[in-house]
Amino acid sequence: MSMRQHTSHEFESELEAVRQRIFGMGRHVDQVLEESGRALQERDTALGNQIIVGDKQTDSMEMEIDHLCLEILVRRQPVAGDLRLLTSALKLVIDLERIGDLGVSIAARVVELGHEAALTPYDDLLRMMTTAREMLREALAALENQDPARASRAIDKDEVVDAYYTQIFNDVLGRMRESPDNIFRATRIQAISKYIERIGDHATNIAERVIFILTGEDIRHVSRVRRSDLS
Amino acid sequence: METSGPESTHSHNLPGASTSGSGSASLRNAAAGHPHADSDRNRVAGTATLADAKLEIRGLSFFYGKYKALHDIDLDIHDRQVTAFIGPSGCGKSTLLRTLNRIYELYPGQHATGKIMLGGRNLLERADDVNLLRAKVGMVFQKPTPFPMSVQDNISFGVRLYERLSRTDMEERVQWALEKAALWTEVKDKLRQEGTALSGGQQQRLCIARAVAVKPEVLLLDEPASALDPISTQKIEQLITELKADYTIAIVTHNMQQAARVSDYTAFMYLGRLIEFGETKRVFTKPTERQTEEYITGRFG
Repeated sequence: MSMRQHTSHEFESELEAVRQRIFGMGRHVDQVLEESGRALQERDTALGNQIIVGDKQTDSMEMEIDHLCLEILVRRQPVAGDLRLLTSALKLVIDLERIGDLGVSIAARVVELGHEAALTPYDDLLRMMTTAREMLREALAALENQDPARASRAIDKDEVVDAYYTQIFNDVLGRMRESPDNIFRATRIQAISKYIERIGDHATNIAERVIFILTGEDIRHVSRVRRSDLS
Repeated sequence: METSGPESTHSHNLPGASTSGSGSASLRNAAAGHPHADSDRNRVAGTATLADAKLEIRGLSFFYGKYKALHDIDLDIHDRQVTAFIGPSGCGKSTLLRTLNRIYELYPGQHATGKIMLGGRNLLERADDVNLLRAKVGMVFQKPTPFPMSVQDNISFGVRLYERLSRTDMEERVQWALEKAALWTEVKDKLRQEGTALSGGQQQRLCIARAVAVKPEVLLLDEPASALDPISTQKIEQLITELKADYTIAIVTHNMQQAARVSDYTAFMYLGRLIEFGETKRVFTKPTERQTEEYITGRFG
């Protein structure tokens, strides 16, 4: 629900700063994923190395949000929706940071693959990445637009990501059976698909925390059937 | 300004007279085992009626002359729990507290309608035993109000109104009350000194000891720590937590962190109405009413 402004404008702008920094960190992490996907697609090891070096920015964003939340908790002793925002932000940045790490891990695997011939078309991997990124963006857009149903739809997409993972896993398993020469490349591909599957899980966590911020409902560890009641 | 309400109502109503009728309906519902059946009528968020109520407030309205300060309040105050009343100035929270021991009767032109059930009897309707009522429902005010007499006499003065105790029994009662109020170790060598010579925090605990000494069932605390320093406030809050083992406590506070710290249930009032009532943990993390959320997060007025 949209709230009236705080009587204290300073408090209001502090809370807005937390929200904006979360969105900023979300955009940054999404950018990392976009770049690692592009590095994979274009076999661009230079871009891969650049992503690995740039990881420090995600870490510093996480720490800044942490410190901001702690300071507001100490100074304002927030309650209700404000409290839910701040305590959830502290957890949510951990998921964002992990997503950034996974993007970096993808880049590392891309560098390892180097300029070897592609084992198989990367179409499924790239589609899987697109879906995982949609989950992340939808989860944060849900917070920005105060729309819990949108977060719920982001969670539903995790099934799609998981299905891609199973498909890709079976695919690379087959390629490994075909020839031992494929094993090195196949394990890189399998690892990348596992990273993207984990990105989907972290995006799910973020979406669950956004629903808690917006509604006070803790939907973690409840079945999808219950969850769909929200949308 | 609203001026509704029966003009001829006195501060002590006859049974059934001048209540809105729906108030007694909600009582019937509660008696029939449907404690939530009247929540629609209340339009109060959360669970306003509870099974183990010490005080059952039904259809309570209050008038300062013609000005209606409380509007048809339905609320149960839990036995041996702490219920906090919060809300902006003028919302009626102190007024509500003042009805619970009829202390408003000291002032002309003030009267209440409705029912406040304590031990199966409507405490609003009996004019004859207001002293007995105040022995059952003790009150502590914002500013410490020790009597201008010794620490010991501050305690025994009230006890003598209700009980005839031997000297030894009275000494024991004084010590017991001071221990209950976490004051004994600080004043045991000062029992004959003036109560007014104690520090502000000690004076307030003396007033709590005085209220506890007559062994009430309910303790009403009207901003009990707002005139005290942080350490004294902590002691009072600790005391409240200990006292709830034996007493039902209703506290009015402007300090929302204090309400969150000490209370089990929180009632949010606004413009003389009960807006939301529920477990403190829920009210402060997930209020259901927008007005409650706006008030407790500081987005009000």
